[in-house]
Amino acid sequence: MEFGFTTAAYVVAAVLFILSLGGLSGQESAKRAVWYGIVGMAIAVVATLIGPGQGLWLLSLVLIAGGAAVGYQLATKVEMTQMPELVAGMHALVGLAAVIVGFNADIMISYVANHLAENGAALGGALVDGEWVQTLDKSVTEPLSAFGQLIAKKTAVEITILRVELVLGIWIGAVTFTGSYVAWGKLSGKVDSAATQLSGGHMLNAAAAAASLVLAIIYFNGGGLLTLVLLTALALFIGWHLIMGIGGADMPVVVSMLNSYSGWAAAAIGFSLGNDLLIVVGALVGSSGAILSYIMCKAMNRSFVSVILGGFGGAAGEQMAVEGEQVAIEADGVATALNEADSVVIIPGYGMAVAQAQQGVAELTRKLRAAGKEVRFAIHPVAGRLPGHMNVLLAEAKVPYDIVLEMDEINDDFPETDVAIVIGSNDIVNPAAQDDPNSPIAGMPVLECWKSKQVFVSKRGQGTGYSGIENPLFFKENTRMFYGDAKQSIDKLLPMID
Amino acid sequence: MKIGTPKETFEGEARVAMTPDSARQLQKLGHHCMIEAGAGLSAGFTDKAYKEADVEVVKTAAALWKAADVVAKVRPPSDAEAKRLENGKTLISLFYPAANEALMEKAAKAGSTVIAMDMVPRISRAQKMDALSSMANIAGYRAVIEAGNNFGRFFTGQVTAAGKVPPAKVLVIGAGVAGLAAIGTSTSLGAITYAFDVRPEVSEQIESMGAEFVFLDFEESSQDSSATGGYAAPSSPEFQAKQLEKFREMAPDIDIVICTALIPNRDAPVLWTKDMVEMMKPGSVIVDLAAERGGNCELTIMDQKIVSDNGVTIVGYTDFPSRMATQSSTLYATNIRHMLTDLTPEKDGAINHNMEDDVIRGATVTHAQEVTFPPPPPKVAAIAAAPKKEAPKELTAEEKKAKELADFKLQTRNQVGMIAVGGGLILLAGLYTPASFMQHFIVFVLSVFIGFQVIWNVSHSLHTPLMAVTNAISSIIILGALMQIGSNSGVITFLSVFAVFMAAINIFGGFLVTRRMLAMFQKS
Repeated sequence: MEFGFTTAAYVVAAVLFILSLGGLSGQESAKRAVWYGIVGMAIAVVATLIGPGQGLWLLSLVLIAGGAAVGYQLATKVEMTQMPELVAGMHALVGLAAVIVGFNADIMISYVANHLAENGAALGGALVDGEWVQTLDKSVTEPLSAFGQLIAKKTAVEITILRVELVLGIWIGAVTFTGSYVAWGKLSGKVDSAATQLSGGHMLNAAAAAASLVLAIIYFNGGGLLTLVLLTALALFIGWHLIMGIGGADMPVVVSMLNSYSGWAAAAIGFSLGNDLLIVVGALVGSSGAILSYIMCKAMNRSFVSVILGGFGGAAGEQMAVEGEQVAIEADGVATALNEADSVVIIPGYGMAVAQAQQGVAELTRKLRAAGKEVRFAIHPVAGRLPGHMNVLLAEAKVPYDIVLEMDEINDDFPETDVAIVIGSNDIVNPAAQDDPNSPIAGMPVLECWKSKQVFVSKRGQGTGYSGIENPLFFKENTRMFYGDAKQSIDKLLPMID
Repeated sequence: MKIGTPKETFEGEARVAMTPDSARQLQKLGHHCMIEAGAGLSAGFTDKAYKEADVEVVKTAAALWKAADVVAKVRPPSDAEAKRLENGKTLISLFYPAANEALMEKAAKAGSTVIAMDMVPRISRAQKMDALSSMANIAGYRAVIEAGNNFGRFFTGQVTAAGKVPPAKVLVIGAGVAGLAAIGTSTSLGAITYAFDVRPEVSEQIESMGAEFVFLDFEESSQDSSATGGYAAPSSPEFQAKQLEKFREMAPDIDIVICTALIPNRDAPVLWTKDMVEMMKPGSVIVDLAAERGGNCELTIMDQKIVSDNGVTIVGYTDFPSRMATQSSTLYATNIRHMLTDLTPEKDGAINHNMEDDVIRGATVTHAQEVTFPPPPPKVAAIAAAPKKEAPKELTAEEKKAKELADFKLQTRNQVGMIAVGGGLILLAGLYTPASFMQHFIVFVLSVFIGFQVIWNVSHSLHTPLMAVTNAISSIIILGALMQIGSNSGVITFLSVFAVFMAAINIFGGFLVTRRMLAMFQKS
């Protein structure tokens, strides 16, 4: 690359990005880490603008400013509970951008080929068998853009590799685009969150993937723009169909997986454009997303493949029948128990997010702590619809993060806990995961709240949770059901706590 | 449906199967309630109170039986009442079907449905309609009160200016619902309470009520009551002998004996023999709740209070619940109400007699002109059999060490294997691809590696910010668009404009949202 300065800036930016991700290991360093990311991005954009991105400066700046305005609106208006949708929606943008950039690269290849032909040269003919067969005159390459010049100087093998890379970029980008769009729809409730698939199911996906491969090979052999468009259409279909087939409860994994995809797409595009920073950042994002998905799958004791292929694996046999009765309780009963308790553990779930009850919960926490009680939060790794979802909501409500504990930190403390309050979570507190080998969630680590002396479950109704699995916890003798919308229930409870 | 409750015809029966409160609840289910004039009087519920609860007061029993679709009462129907059981009518009452087979046949022939409240299966879901338990609870309480009534001393020990009073010693035999209620009442009155039961697993319940479990030194596979639906089963002759021996040993010390031992569908076992009564101090009291089935005490006479030759009072009443008619009517009426709630699942006043339902099936003794007694065993066991758990094996220090070493070796092997395979693949790729590609490829592989190393350390609570940051960073794709925007081709420029715009949204949106989130995390 002729732009020494740009490369140097890219190195700085890459280091900043790595520091930015690494800094997220702790709450305090995270605040610094975001700034690393922001500065890294600024350096990268500026360096590109004055480097290889020649021309149309003003337009670029205007576009960025416009994007900034929209982005600012989105980021400041969004409720913390809508965070999962926002992230999923933004992944769709990245995917679409990757598709566009990939197409542009293809158009550029054709353009350069035409241009060279007009000037009596051939694309990819620069070097054959280690010997220069044609030298390109400066007057020929001069009118081309930086990327065009790069292409013009490539050998035939390099052109093929370039095509492989951009096909990968476009394909992954397209899957990310529709996949994220569907995930956004499911998370925001615009699309039914249940797993739905066309007849044919995964065979359809497999067929589409195979057809993509065939189209890609045709394209490598000079198939032209049309094959690329068809291939993109297939990828868009796969993205849509794949995510439609995954139930709402698995959305945390899906979102982080799509995050990973958007990274791989960027890396593939980076290859085709010969831009190292794109490769570095794409790879960072791709691997981080993959690890996040893996961590979450492990937390649910499910294999990554079975999540991606949609739905819970078939149960091995008859599930244990749940015996007993759900005993309801009113706010005053809960309040009495809380007033008498010394240690309280609160287990929030998606229901708290839906009802926007986090402020009330935080207020409850403050009151109980003021009364000298030990109050802690137990967060299951897959609580909510996004990894760490609960932590963000509690943080928004100003619950101090040092009383918000992970599953492993708190599970052993339940037997010494007086009152456990389950707010809108279900599967993550389901004892069937431990007791019933035939349960679809058997083996998934769960919060053992039933070991505490008294459990209150705040829940909208008697129905089963997202996964549709019956929860024996609700029928246990030390469990009382506190029916109603989580926010209203907590608000009713608050004045009774002294 | 019209639900009617007649006045109990059994002599001395003071209870009533419907109270103004239960009637209000029944009306919520869409039913119409009727009561015979004066039916609640002996339980303390006046006709006026019923009228205030919108219950229709019917003058005569005959009129009530005629008008009502469902008749709820306490005692099994008398012969006169049985004649009134017409086709299509439903009767809900205690029925004791095993003892009343003729009556049952008659009801079935007449085409009426009979739900026996005493046949409600003992599963948790049905507890709210378990009339036997609620009546037993009252009987247990009343038995102690009755004993106190006939006992010449305090229950509690006292040291007064007028002298020292020793506490009474109470023995409760059989720790079912009635037994436990008796224990609770007796201990709260201050007596020293002992309790015995053939099911050793109830010792915890006995102790939780404040009594001392009378422990038998006996080697026998203990009874597991989960097999018999929570009830006691007959015990072996050796066990019985041991048990009597223990009681004989205790008899001279005990002031009050409350007998509650019953085995379903059998005569009450004799546990307190004549010689034990003779060993007791004069003035002692025996209350035998098993009197209806012959009594646990040899001398018990049903429905009578007798005094033995040595001055021990033996109470053989069988109408303890009726002696507390207000309380027992309230509870019984609530049991009935719950039964009707289950029979009216839609709350529309229409009864849906669902014979698939374990509880309804179990309690129904005649239905659709057929005798449906005895019911098949319920689909779910009343009490889960105690699971056998295997204790996790404790590892010795050496085993631990060996395990750690093996783990380490496995890890090393995995790691080396992965490096070898990965390295091999990269070398292979290097053989066939041009150097320009490999340059980028190395950058790529190293970045993936860095990503893996860095992300493992990110704390769980920051996963959402991490996702937002990586999302923002992934809009680095803007570089590609920026490089293309100044192209010679108009199409490319046009498309790039979109790409730049979208990526820009993502950059700013992503970073701002992350900042917002992180700003919220704070220490206390």
